[in-house]
This record gives sequence, structure tokens and C-alpha cells, in this order.
Amino acid sequence: MALAKITQVSGRGVPVLGNDIDTDRIIPARFMKCVSFDGLGEFVFFDVRKNADGSPKEHPLNEARYQGASILISGANFGCGSSREHAPQAIQKYGFRAIIAENYAEIFFGNSTTLGIPCVSASREDIQKLVAAVQSNPQTEIVVDVAAKEVRFAGQKIPVTIRDSARDALINGRWDAIGELLEGIPVVKTFTAKLPYLSA
Amino acid sequence: MPHLSFRDSMQLAAHRRQCPQYRLDPIQQRLPRSCQLHLSPRSHQQIHPQRRLQLGDLTAQRRLGHRQRLRRPTKMQLAGHLAKVNEVPQLKRILILTRHHRHPNKYFPCMQLPATIGPLDMSPAATATLAHVDNANFRPNLDISMAKSLFEKVWESHTVRKLANGQTQLLIGTHLIHEVTSPQAFGMLRDLKLKVLMPHRTFATVDHIVPTDQFAEPYADPLAQAMMDALRKNCAEFGVTFFDRASGKQGVVHIVGPEQGITQPGTTIACGDSHTSTHGAFGAIAFGIGTTQIRDVLATQTMAIGPLKVRRINVNGKLRPGVYAKDVILHIIRTLGVNGGTGYAYEYGGEVFDRMTMEERMTVCNMSIEGGARVGYVNPDETTFAYLKDRPYSPKGAAWDAAVAGWKAVASDPGCHYDNVVDFRAEDIPPTVTWGINPAQAIAVGENIPDPAKATSVDEKASIEEALAYMKFKANAPIKGTKIDVAFLGSCTNGRLSDFQEVAKYIKGKRVAPGVKALAVPGSQIVALQCAKLGIDQVFRDAGFEWREAGCSMCLAMNPDKLVGDQISASSSNRNFKGRQGSPTGRTLLMSPLMVAAAAIAGSVADAREVFAVAK
Repeated sequence: MALAKITQVSGRGVPVLGNDIDTDRIIPARFMKCVSFDGLGEFVFFDVRKNADGSPKEHPLNEARYQGASILISGANFGCGSSREHAPQAIQKYGFRAIIAENYAEIFFGNSTTLGIPCVSASREDIQKLVAAVQSNPQTEIVVDVAAKEVRFAGQKIPVTIRDSARDALINGRWDAIGELLEGIPVVKTFTAKLPYLSA
Repeated sequence: MPHLSFRDSMQLAAHRRQCPQYRLDPIQQRLPRSCQLHLSPRSHQQIHPQRRLQLGDLTAQRRLGHRQRLRRPTKMQLAGHLAKVNEVPQLKRILILTRHHRHPNKYFPCMQLPATIGPLDMSPAATATLAHVDNANFRPNLDISMAKSLFEKVWESHTVRKLANGQTQLLIGTHLIHEVTSPQAFGMLRDLKLKVLMPHRTFATVDHIVPTDQFAEPYADPLAQAMMDALRKNCAEFGVTFFDRASGKQGVVHIVGPEQGITQPGTTIACGDSHTSTHGAFGAIAFGIGTTQIRDVLATQTMAIGPLKVRRINVNGKLRPGVYAKDVILHIIRTLGVNGGTGYAYEYGGEVFDRMTMEERMTVCNMSIEGGARVGYVNPDETTFAYLKDRPYSPKGAAWDAAVAGWKAVASDPGCHYDNVVDFRAEDIPPTVTWGINPAQAIAVGENIPDPAKATSVDEKASIEEALAYMKFKANAPIKGTKIDVAFLGSCTNGRLSDFQEVAKYIKGKRVAPGVKALAVPGSQIVALQCAKLGIDQVFRDAGFEWREAGCSMCLAMNPDKLVGDQISASSSNRNFKGRQGSPTGRTLLMSPLMVAAAAIAGSVADAREVFAVAK
């Protein structure tokens, strides 16, 4: 399976600030009543974007100036809570191609990487610089350079980190592991002899 | 002993800067006095058994046994080990590196191990791990010791191979699936024209979407029915065992697995649900995974994953009356934070865990993920074996004896390496209640709601303010007396027989306060049956609870059980996130089952010890 080599992602950004943004907030459980991921994009951050009657709340994703943004900017421990892949799926289907945050919850990070969404981490000060640039000019073009581990915008450059395994997977086009895992099946079959519970 | 040259010491310093284990963990700065954190800048070092004993860890003392206790190797033994070490270049290098770190024993960096655990193992497995000394996960004195944590043992016995990006292809021996996160994975399998590799190691049940007040199908919600139908179809098509509602064995997936004896020590388990950490109570390494990974496990019985560090969490002493496993984990999360466990597997131990029943251990392991830890486990012991004996999927006859021997061997070795150790005293743990919008925002039932003005950091201030605004609570107000609208007893955290038994002991003859909707939802059909046999369901009904069918119910409200508007719920579940219980403005207070019952009866948050006259 040939996957795209994701070395860098560029686009405009939108700050959805705050720490500990959980996956229930990213996609409320009631929208998970589905047997496919199609159409999840419109429900991303639903309860913080809309009132009970469907009217829009004050939220960056509702602001005209941020429409069309493809890079999500947030705080610490982004994506904590439920393991639902519906969360990164909704983020991706809404149109986001990369996330810049202080750090991420483990399962969310893994799920996102598997979908080819680079999740890079930057220091709080650098994120503040980025947010200031985006807020003063929402048209700011941001380049998330996964290969070089940096984010460039408005003539500035901030260093970012990303786990080596994830970086390698993204830039070499093996972020979806299924091909490699399938190659390991002959070895997997030998484990039945080593681990008795597998035969049970 | 070789001396460290200037060049070596410079290399060592450079290595230390790169090595994450050497950095002080940020959580250390947030710890209250009640919790000692044995973390030094040289935290790669193993905790010396002697030091552990001084700290009163009686468990370690017992495990070490009197012959091994505090015994240092003789000079002759050391000479023998050193001779072996010198034959292996990698070992020699490790020795040079670790010697410099002023270990309690100046002669040998891992003195407690060769003499007390056994001879240095030069098996191919040992040398294979040594080959990785140069990679980023280099742990100086781990590999030569051969004393391993359960996590390491299970990881090694399930490692299929290293992948190109450095992750491990890890064998997943047991795969549990449910209706919410699996249908898309089966869809992907079909698209790729793949089969389920080990259908006999894959088990399904339905829990999130089932209405707890309706058994007959079709369900009122067509989307719920569609998910039910999809799971039934997928299981039939791919040959997967399905504990359907008609089987009498259906329930919340994390209750069904242990109940059936599918969850076993020393195994790897995955499930598309973050509370899969529950199964760690048996000494299994159990991961919550996303849907694409479910596809991977279905198709290959493996997944790609990077290693975790291991944090040992000791709780010693004796819990006070009216304090439960739920309070223990809420207290741990409150102390270490919601992201304190990122990158770690939590190993729970100490006297409190030694005494806990399996159901209590499950409650604690269940919420590991709420503290950011992907995995949480307790070492298997006689309590574990007694629970598993004669369960439907437990080994039988000679296979049972062999399995128990294997399970005993998989427990963490005394003196094994932990990346980090945290100690709690049981007596310091109060009945705990959450007041905010994440499980770390918790206080003792007698405490007041925090004041953002007293926050110690900008982050903490912002998160208190956000939580107060959402919860519509006032800073410094007592949490006790907060009026509740709903009481929910159930979920994969606290929906087991012992949870209902414990509450039933106290609610006999009492009534739920007027205006409070109280739900008691058994975690599985078997729990429901056991309760019925013991007459517990009637005790709940008599007290004014609605006694429902098994399911996830109001824990996450993917079914008709939901909060309405900004109702406040006293809940025995695991998450108090904004909107978690089904209303975008609904408010959740997490607490132990007995505290939920106390709130239901008082009509407001109350100290269960006072409501039920439990001697403090």
C-alpha cells in the first residue's frame, strides 16, 4: 500500500485554546452512533460550538476569519479521555491536516498518527507567538515541517518535537502500519506454540 | 573495576542530558506531603531493596523472603559476575556507565540482583536485549539484572518484531470488541479483503448503546439498532464469539471479560475502549485502542506500539472505614494529575492492593487512563487465581496448574527496575468527590471547592475558573450539601456484584430523596442474576432506585439514559467531562458507590459515613 509521505503540511491555522481538551469535547458520544466515519466532520467540537437550539456559540471555529483553516492549534494534554478514533476522524474530516499543541494524550496521538495527521508539540511560549501571529492575521500561512521538526510562519521559525517513531512513519509513508503488520503474520503464527493461551 | 576516563565521563554527561529518565518529572513539584515520590535525577537506578524496606514496604519484604532480604553479594560472587561481565563488551560498557552513579553499593551497580535473584543469564534473549543499548530507550542497569517487571516480561513474550519506525509489533492475545468502535474496522477489513486472523481469540459484546429499560428489539433509536445489527452480522461473518443479550452473558465489555475468565494474567489484551486498562487488575497488559488499530488486531492479531515506562504506585497501610477502591484511584489521579501518567504503565502494589478483591483492583485499574496512563496493572497473586478458578474460559485440569505456575512467574521480580516510584499512605485517603470537569479536579467530601485565587500556577487558575463556570459552583463553598438531581450506580468502574452488595448493606430501610432520579444498572447480565439471587435488586427497588438491564447506561449516554439540561449527577462512573452524561450542560460528580447512595438518600452530596453511620 503506497501511502503519502507526509514531510510537511501547510495551511492557515485556528487556535482552539485550553488544556485537557478531551475527546468527548472533540466529538460528543451521541454522534458516535454510526457504522461509518463519514460525515463526522460537521460535529467536531459540536457542544462548544453550538447551543442546544443549534444556534452558534462564540467559538473560533465559528468565526468567519478562520474558515478554511487546516491547522489546529491548542494547549496541553490535547485529546485526553476516550480512545474513540471518531475524534481524530472528525478533526480530519472537518479539514484539519495537522495539529500543533503543547502535548497530547497517548491514545489520541497514536490514533492521529495512524490517520496521517501529524501532531507536533511546541513550547507554550512558541505556541503563544504562533497564536499571536494567527490572531493578528488569520491569513498567516503556517508550514508544519515534520521532517525538519519546525513550524514556520510569518518569517518566524519555532522548533517542535514529535516522537521519532511517528516522525519516521509520517515522512516515510508508513503511518498506516497494516502492510508491515501483515508481513509479520508468519512470525505471529509461531507464537501459538510459545503462548498456550492462544490455543485455548 | 575500570575507572571512568575524562572522555567517558563527558559522553556519560551527554547521554544523561538526552535520557528522559534523568529529568525531574514535573509532577514532583505538585505533590502534597501525604505522598512521597522517590524520584531522583538519577531515577534510572533501581530502588534498592534495603531502601524500600526502610520505607516500610512490607510487600517487598514479604516478596523478598528472609533469605534474600538485605543480603549483599559476597566478594567471591561479585568477582564471578564481574568475570562474566568482562567477557561481554556491552555489559562492560553498562557497568562503566552505571558505576559512576554512586549507587548504594559502590562495587556493583545492581548488587541486589545477581546474588539474590540468580546467576547472570547469558541466554540469547538477554544478549538480544543488550543489542539495543545504543538506542534511545537505553536503560543503564536494567538488562544485566534480569529482574524484570511484569510489564517487561509480558512485552518481551509478546514481541513479534521491531518495525521500521522503531515501534514494536506486539502480539495481542485477546481482542475484545463492542458495537461502537468496531463496525468501521470490519468495514476496513472488507475493503482490504482480509479475514480475522484468530477469531477464537476475539470476543464481542454489546454495551454502549443498549437501552437499559428495553430488552425487546427493534430499539426505539434506529441508529442504536443499526449498530446492534452490524455487530451481529460482523461476528457471524467473521466467526467471532458474540455475547449477545440473548446469551445471558452480555454486559459491559470490561465486566464480561473477567467474568468469563477470558482476562488472564501475563496476557496482552486490546479493546477499542480506553477503559480496557481494567483488565490489568489480573496482571494483563491491556490497551485501549482506536478503530484503525482494531482493524490491525483483527487482521494480524498484533499492533504497532512503542514501549512504556513503568511507574510503581504503592499504597501501604489500611484504608479507613467508608473509603473504597474508587477513592484510592480518585486520590491517586488528584495527586498525580490527569496527564501525570503519560508515557507510563502504572503498576499498583502495596498492602492495600494485596488485600483488595479482584473487583476492587478492577475499579482502580479501570481509571488508570484518567490519570493519563495507557496501562495499569496489579501483579497476579492467590486472590487472582482464586477468582479465575473454574470460570468458563479459565484453563482446566492439568492446564490450570501449568497456567498458575506461569502466572506466578510473570509477576514483577523483587528489585526490578521502575522508572519511577510513588508512595501513598492509605490512612491519608478520604472519601473523594470530583467537583470539576476532569477526574483530577477532586476533593475530600469534607473539603471546600478550590479558589482560583489560591492556584499555584496560571494553568491551574485557568482550569479552576473554567470548571467553576461550567459547574456553576462557587469557589470556597463546601461540596457537601450540593443538591443532586440524578444518582447513577453502575459502569465498568463500579457496576460489579460487590458494588451493589456493599450499597445494599446500607440502604435497607432507607428511601431515595424526593426529586432524585436514582438508577442502579448492573454491569452485566450475570451481575444482574447474582443480585437477583441474593435479593439485592429488591433492596434497591424498595429504596426507590430504578433497577435496570445491563449496559453502560448513563456513564456516557449513548443510550436513552441521559442527563437533562444542567442536572447534577452523583455518579459511580469514571468521567466528569463537559457533556459526558448526555446533556451538553449536564454536570457530573464522580464518587464511590456508597457515596452515590448517600447522595441519593440525602438528596445532596453527603458523607456516606455520616448518612449510614459508618464508624470513622
